[in-house]
Amino acid sequence: MDREHAAPLLEVRGVSKSFGAVAAVREVSFPLHGGEAHALVGENGAGKSTIVKVLAGVHEPDTGVIVLDGEETRPAGPAAARAAGIAVIYQEPTLFPDLSVAENIFMGRQPLGRFGRIDRAAMRAEAVRLFDRLGVRLDPDRPARGLSIADQQLVEIAKALSLRARVLVMDEPTAALSGVEVERLFAVVRALCEEGAAVLFISHRFDEVFSLCHRLTVLRDGTWVSTDPVADLTVDQVVRRMVGRDVSTLYPKEDVEPGDVVLEVAGLTRHGVFADIGFSVRAGEIVALAGLVGAGRSEVVRAVFGIDRYDAGEVRVAGERLPAGTPAAAVAAGIALVPEDRRQQGLVMELSIERNATLTRLKPLSRLGLLGGGRERRSAREWTKRLQVKYGRLADAVGTLSGGNQQKVVLAKWLATGPKVLIVDEPTRGIDIGTKAEVHRLLSRLAADGVAVVMVSSELPEVLGMADRVLVVHEGRITAELSRAEATEESVMFAATGRKAAVA
Amino acid sequence: MSARLAAPAVPPAEADESRTRFVRKLWLAREFGIVVALGLLVLVTTLDNPAFLSPQSLRDLLLGAAILVVLAVGQTVVIISRNIDLSVGAVLGLVAFATGKLLSTAPGTPAVVAILAGVGLGAVCGVVNGVLVAAARVPALVITLGTLYAFRGIDHSWAQGQQINASDMPRSFLRLGTWTVLGIPVLAVIAVVVMAVVGFYLRSYRSGRELYAIGSEPAAARLSGIPVGRRVLTSFVLCGALAGLAGVLYAARFGTVDATVGTGIELQVVAAAVVGGVAIFGGSGSVYGAALGAVLLTTIGSSLAVLRINPFWQQAVVGGLILAAIGLDRLLAVRAANRLRGRSSHGA
Amino acid sequence: MARDTVAVDVPGAPAEPAAGVLRSALVRWDTALLVVLVAVVVIAGVLVEGFASGRNLQFLLLDVIAIALIALPLTLIVITGEIDLSVASTLGLCSAAMGQLWVAGLPLELIVVLVIGLGAVLGAVNAVFVTKFALPSLAVTIGTLAAYRGLAFVVLGDQAVADFPFRWTEAASGTVGDGAVPWAAVITAVLAIVFGVVLHATPFGRSLYAMGNNAEAATFAGIRVARAKFWLFVASGAVSGLAGVYWTLRFASARADNAAGLELAVVAAVLLGGVSIFGGRGTLLGVLLGVLLLGAVRNALQLADVAADTLNVVTGGLLIASVVVPNVITLTRALWRRRSRTA
Repeated sequence: MDREHAAPLLEVRGVSKSFGAVAAVREVSFPLHGGEAHALVGENGAGKSTIVKVLAGVHEPDTGVIVLDGEETRPAGPAAARAAGIAVIYQEPTLFPDLSVAENIFMGRQPLGRFGRIDRAAMRAEAVRLFDRLGVRLDPDRPARGLSIADQQLVEIAKALSLRARVLVMDEPTAALSGVEVERLFAVVRALCEEGAAVLFISHRFDEVFSLCHRLTVLRDGTWVSTDPVADLTVDQVVRRMVGRDVSTLYPKEDVEPGDVVLEVAGLTRHGVFADIGFSVRAGEIVALAGLVGAGRSEVVRAVFGIDRYDAGEVRVAGERLPAGTPAAAVAAGIALVPEDRRQQGLVMELSIERNATLTRLKPLSRLGLLGGGRERRSAREWTKRLQVKYGRLADAVGTLSGGNQQKVVLAKWLATGPKVLIVDEPTRGIDIGTKAEVHRLLSRLAADGVAVVMVSSELPEVLGMADRVLVVHEGRITAELSRAEATEESVMFAATGRKAAVA
Repeated sequence: MSARLAAPAVPPAEADESRTRFVRKLWLAREFGIVVALGLLVLVTTLDNPAFLSPQSLRDLLLGAAILVVLAVGQTVVIISRNIDLSVGAVLGLVAFATGKLLSTAPGTPAVVAILAGVGLGAVCGVVNGVLVAAARVPALVITLGTLYAFRGIDHSWAQGQQINASDMPRSFLRLGTWTVLGIPVLAVIAVVVMAVVGFYLRSYRSGRELYAIGSEPAAARLSGIPVGRRVLTSFVLCGALAGLAGVLYAARFGTVDATVGTGIELQVVAAAVVGGVAIFGGSGSVYGAALGAVLLTTIGSSLAVLRINPFWQQAVVGGLILAAIGLDRLLAVRAANRLRGRSSHGA
Repeated sequence: MARDTVAVDVPGAPAEPAAGVLRSALVRWDTALLVVLVAVVVIAGVLVEGFASGRNLQFLLLDVIAIALIALPLTLIVITGEIDLSVASTLGLCSAAMGQLWVAGLPLELIVVLVIGLGAVLGAVNAVFVTKFALPSLAVTIGTLAAYRGLAFVVLGDQAVADFPFRWTEAASGTVGDGAVPWAAVITAVLAIVFGVVLHATPFGRSLYAMGNNAEAATFAGIRVARAKFWLFVASGAVSGLAGVYWTLRFASARADNAAGLELAVVAAVLLGGVSIFGGRGTLLGVLLGVLLLGAVRNALQLADVAADTLNVVTGGLLIASVVVPNVITLTRALWRRRSRTA
């Protein structure tokens, strides 16, 4: 199909937006053609989210316009953008947990009966019809509370369908989806494209971008770099454009002779979540927990660290049994957990970099029970320097940092405790490639220094590149333990999907 | 991209399913639980003293509950959108005094005009609350705590210790407080109408559902283009207007008003809503539940008297009831979550 | 005490980074309160006859002590993002119990200990509901607000116990030497220093800010959120019990309705002191200044023959202004900045 010369359905033209003194995007322009999926890629902080929010009508551009069907528009508010036919699906779905699925789809646009009353039967029927079109079975009457992320996204897509949206913006929709769910999502997106819609797709996963999208735009540091048909590009080219330099060894795993067993988990069970989980990690080892999203890996490490309780089993650190359900005891025993959700769990976004960096070590930093005398600031300065955190001042709120630098602060606050066991849950999710490599180097270095590292990761290259051993989790159970030599994309995926290698 | 399909006929199996679902929902509904509790309470009290069910006693009960019901309905609208209005007691007091003042200086004023004036004044107070909360983006708890003081202070500085008695007000107005239709006090009729209208609005109109959406997830409400500020303002105006109505009804019922009328009633109102299953952090609950909660609280007071239990126990029982209500909600939520957890392990 | 605010170097705060603005705003809030307080005292001293006398200072302090006491633990509770509305009812129940125990013939020394213990138990009940059952503290303490006040009436009915020994009631309003500063104010000040140090200079206090901003992240950092909140509610109950002892002796009257409605005044003082109702922000010094400011304004207006009930307008107005003014400034500044850029 040659749409090269057809007029684009929507065009971002010369859009700039600043927050305070910081320019988030400068003079960004690119077209979106009907019937095409268009990828928008760039490192974190490159300005992708700002573009999304401008399209959504959340941010008003300082300069520049959105051209829709050849007409200039400046969507004033989310409602106006929606009315113009632009639907946005955010990385974290924005549903109303107390309301029914059907109401979530039609909020503010419920079908009306006589006297302006809401016609509930029509609303329900329309919801059923939308789900039929998407090929999924969801009860429109159930409340949105308790839906899985994948189901929540389906509700969002149903909402976009019901809007008859001509432009669909998807901001990292696959970040929390399993392989099957991603395939289902892509089928829907392709169907939408065939019906003439334009899709803007934002993702960090190149395999997805290359399999789904027709055209690709690269942003770097808030400016436009290139827009090309995907067919003319290679992953290496795209990465170079994103980073602006060559990325050297991404997985600098050092070989380490493992020491004594530090962490032992035996028979760990939480009914309905995971069962009979057992593994041990030696000093100097990096053990990866691989598997599909939702397999229960994060839940296992949360239980090990004491965030969640477990129904059976035990956790030992250096031979000592840990009491269940007390993170404080886990910290005292030398476990550190870098959690999955940086903004909600890893950091207190409103507090300063200094406060966050020292939050895990308030007691050791105090003298006679009192804090003060600048010890906290010195410690924060030292550790942020070691991890090369880029910041303005230590007193700045940690929320003002980029994603990669935030993750470094999380790492800093835990490394400062001198952990024996470091658990990292999706350590490089949502951070840019440059910082990614730094984090990998750091993990490798820590293992070499004798720390036992447990890494939960959904990125296969990361798992294969970094781990000494791979434990594959499927539906709450460990289905395979693979050595570095045995672990390949195929062997891990087979175990993760619960199939036997022989069958495939 | 439009889906042009014929209107769906609900298959019979599904209709059946929806009926059983309805029955199950009824059992689980908070309103049902309160009705049961209320029934038990009335039963026990009546067994002890049959006079509790006498027409006169029931009339008193309904009269007593009517004002609290009107306030609780207004409060529910505000709480559902994740706000709270602590100033309702002060608004009630201010309007009650204003009504007394109006009728004592202009005795010829028809009751309808007095009611409209009271509702109007209450709405003005609601506008003050709503504008401060919605425009200045300040938490409602703080703002309405402030206006609680402010409205009450205005009331006091206006009254200067003066009391307006029944003899100062026209009989036609005071009849409103004692008048009955088919044996039912007109005050109670007004309360039921208010409840039904607001309940219908919240359930069946877009702007009503949007209040639930705002309370359920304010950020999502903004993103989906709901005019949050305007809706919140409306909810406060409605709550203020109903508090004003309650003030007029108060003046009609008791005939004697001074600047202390309604002091501390805001906590009873919040209690009625919470007991009635309105989630204190918004998003769920109904005005029917809140109204039933108000009736239950009032009935407890009368029952204790009839049962010759020290009336001082009343407040303690109300407190216990609030704790029991929120504790029960929590328990049900935890059980539901556990059920979901158990199910997901079997499925997939 | 307010180490949090002074330890940070914030000269000419830059335009954007939130923490800088937040912190300098904090500094400014405490300072602004102090300036307003001084202004009120100076103006009232000049204009209002009798305000500047030692005797009036004594009464002013005696009037704010109950609020100041209860505000101490409440500040910490609000910083963690919770609230305790049952404080005045706890005070009332403790006062009623004090009366009943006195009638029963117990020695007053023992009664004081028992009553403070009772307060702690009442606080622990709140704590169990909030931390063990994970219920919202706003709803829980509205419930116990009613329950404790009701129990106070159950304990003492509507009578008053007033025959406390003169030695004790006099001591409650007695001053240090011949000066104007009451003993009770000195005790309050000592407690304030203790709470201030705990809040601003200990690991425990630091953790309160973290959990107030984001309880989940605090848990992931190994902070025992539930335990900290538990003890704060216990402290709130115990201090309310102490305030009950003070109230009873100061007015020489144990009554079930003592200090009814005082919870709103305390919350107003805490919020006026710059503590965020959402948690995570505020200083103890600010709260004390807020308490004194409210007390001074009321005292001055009372001396100027403004009826006590009318003063509510001032309390309410101050409270609203304290939250609206900073927000309006921020909003208009943002608006102005946007205009100036597009222009």
